[in-house]
Amino acid sequence: MNPIEPASSASALHTAPWALFSLVLAMGLVTYLPRMLPLALLRHMKLPPLAHRFLRFIPFAALGALIFPGILSSTGSDQVAAATAGGITAVLLALFEMNLILVVAGGIAGAFLWVQLML
Amino acid sequence: MPSLNRHTRPEATLVEPRHGGVSADIRRGVTAGIPIAIGYVPIAIAFGLLAKSSGLPNWVGMAMSFFVFAGASQFVGVNLLVLGAGFGEIVLTTLILNFRHFLMSAALSQRLETNVTKKWLALIAFGVTDETFGVSALRSEAKLAKGFVLGLNVIAYTAWNAGTWIGLFIAEGLPEALKNSMGIALYAMFIGLLLPSMKRSREVMTIALLAAAIHALLRWLPIFAGLSAGWTIIIATVLSAAAGAAIFTKEANRS
Repeated sequence: MNPIEPASSASALHTAPWALFSLVLAMGLVTYLPRMLPLALLRHMKLPPLAHRFLRFIPFAALGALIFPGILSSTGSDQVAAATAGGITAVLLALFEMNLILVVAGGIAGAFLWVQLML
Repeated sequence: MPSLNRHTRPEATLVEPRHGGVSADIRRGVTAGIPIAIGYVPIAIAFGLLAKSSGLPNWVGMAMSFFVFAGASQFVGVNLLVLGAGFGEIVLTTLILNFRHFLMSAALSQRLETNVTKKWLALIAFGVTDETFGVSALRSEAKLAKGFVLGLNVIAYTAWNAGTWIGLFIAEGLPEALKNSMGIALYAMFIGLLLPSMKRSREVMTIALLAAAIHALLRWLPIFAGLSAGWTIIIATVLSAAAGAAIFTKEANRS
C-alpha cells in the first residue's frame, strides 16, 4: 500500500504490489541469465577435448547429485523408508528399461503402498 | 584452432534429415515431456497451496510460476517473503539456487542443432530446468532439434503453471498420503533416465555414483552445513564431471 515502506521489514506481505512484482521479475531475471548465457555464448564454439568431455559428463553427474540424497526426504520428513521403497521400485523398473512414465508411476506406487501397508 | 573445424565441415552434414519438420519435432518433444508433467503437477500444486497459505496475494504465486519457472527457488522465495527477508537476499538466493542451470545450459549448447535463431534460443533457454535438461541430454540422437526442446519446455511449463493455479484455487482435496508419495515422482524420473545409461557404460556409472557420494558428503558432514542446496549440487556435479573428464580420456562411443 505504502510505497515508502521498507522492503526488508517483516511486513513484506503488505508491501506495495509494484514492489512485489519487481521482486518476482528480478527473481525471473537471475534465473533466466544462467539458463541463457551459456547457450548464447558457447553454441558455436569448438571446445578443446577436455572441456568437451567435461560438458558431456555433466548430465550424468548432475542427475547423480540430484537423485541422492534428495530422494530420501522426497516423501516427507519422517518417511525415509517409504522413499527408499519407492526408489528401489523405480530402480528395478529402470533396470528393465521400462517406459519413463511407468518408472514414475512405479516410484509413486512403491512409496504410497509402503505408507499404506505400514500404518 | 577452434574455428577451423567448424568452417571446413560441410554444412549438409550438420543438419540431419528428419521427417515432418518443426511441428513434428514439437510433438515429439511434448510426448517426451509427459513424465515431467506428471512430476510437475503435484509439486506445483504444493507450491500453490504454500503461496495461498502464506497470505500473499494469489497473483504473486501465479507470477512466480509464470516469470521464474524454477521450483526450489519459488518455494524458498515465498518462505523468505513470509519471514520478512530483504529483496536483495531473496534475489541472491534465487541466483545461487539456479546457478547450476549455467552448467546444464553449457552442456546443452553442444547438443543443440546449429540452425537456431536468437529468438528460438531465447525461448529454449527459458525452459531449461533439471528435468527438461535431464530428458533432452539423455536422448540418443547426437543433435537435438530446436522444436523438440521447445515442445519439451512447453508441456513442462504448462504443467507447472496449471498445477500452481490448481494449488491456489482448487486443491486441498488430495489425501495427504498420496500428496506425500507424489513427491518422489521427479526422482523416479531421474532414475528412469539415468539407470539405462549407467548399465551400458562404466564411465557413466562411475561419474553418477561419484556425484551422488560427493553430494551425500556435502549434505551430511557438519563442516559443510553452511552450504545451501544450490551450491552442494553445483560442487558435486563439477567435481565428478571433472574427475570423469580427467580419468576417461578416451572418447567413449555414445550409447
